[in-house]
Amino acid sequence: MTLVVEIASWSLILLGSFFTLVGALGLVRMPDVYTRMHAVSVIDTLGIGMTFLGLAVQAGFSLVTLKLLFLMALVFFTWPVVTHALAQACLHAGVQPQLAEDRREFGRHATDVQGEGRPSSN
Amino acid sequence: MRWLSLAALLFAFWLALSGHYTAMLVTAGIVSTAVCVFAAVRMRALDPEGHPIELLPRTVTYYPWLVREIASSAWGVTKIILHPALPISPCMTVVEASQKTAAGLATYANSITLTPGTITAGVDGNKFTVHALVRDGAIDLESGGMDRRVTAFEGKT
Repeated sequence: MTLVVEIASWSLILLGSFFTLVGALGLVRMPDVYTRMHAVSVIDTLGIGMTFLGLAVQAGFSLVTLKLLFLMALVFFTWPVVTHALAQACLHAGVQPQLAEDRREFGRHATDVQGEGRPSSN
Repeated sequence: MRWLSLAALLFAFWLALSGHYTAMLVTAGIVSTAVCVFAAVRMRALDPEGHPIELLPRTVTYYPWLVREIASSAWGVTKIILHPALPISPCMTVVEASQKTAAGLATYANSITLTPGTITAGVDGNKFTVHALVRDGAIDLESGGMDRRVTAFEGKT
């Protein structure tokens, strides 16, 4: 029983570490600030999520697990707010994103034109 | 009635974090809960925006769906990062949100940001400026599947 618990929790912790590493690698590989934020989001979701789940399995049914869940909820609700603030601050400061395509103009009307996300004309 | 649910939640939170159930500490918990609820009422923060407790029953269906969505797009971004050619096609787009309440709009904007590969970079009324890592992510959002989910989560208000 304890062996199963150990294997399960360490697999989760190692998987979480793997995704954290991937996020860090993405942070280095991505070309500009906005795409880097996308890379970091892997750390905040799968990285933290799996590490915390692994730790919760270690702790079993206890107050510690409950506190870990609170921490996960905290990350879950505050992280997007922080990312949004950062992205918006970059836009306001005039940092131009490197774009393959700027859909801001017709994306605005896409939902009422077709629902496919593509404009009917042009 | 809203203050009652806030008080219950805050007190449960105190008990969970404390772990010591002596008369002294439980009394301190009751007093802190009372002070916090009083402050929330005084600040007029105790409204459907500050404490949207009526959303609680529908979190049971919405959040598991969101977690699955987050996991699958995080895996997608992982594959892009590990791909030798780094196949990204960054896009900016504007999506329309159909939610009516502040809590609903915040949930939608947060859900977009939480999903790896898309970030809400600006909010103007019910129009969100979104930065997507790949073109497909932007088109996916424009088609409005997540928008409809969040509106269903928000309920009829």
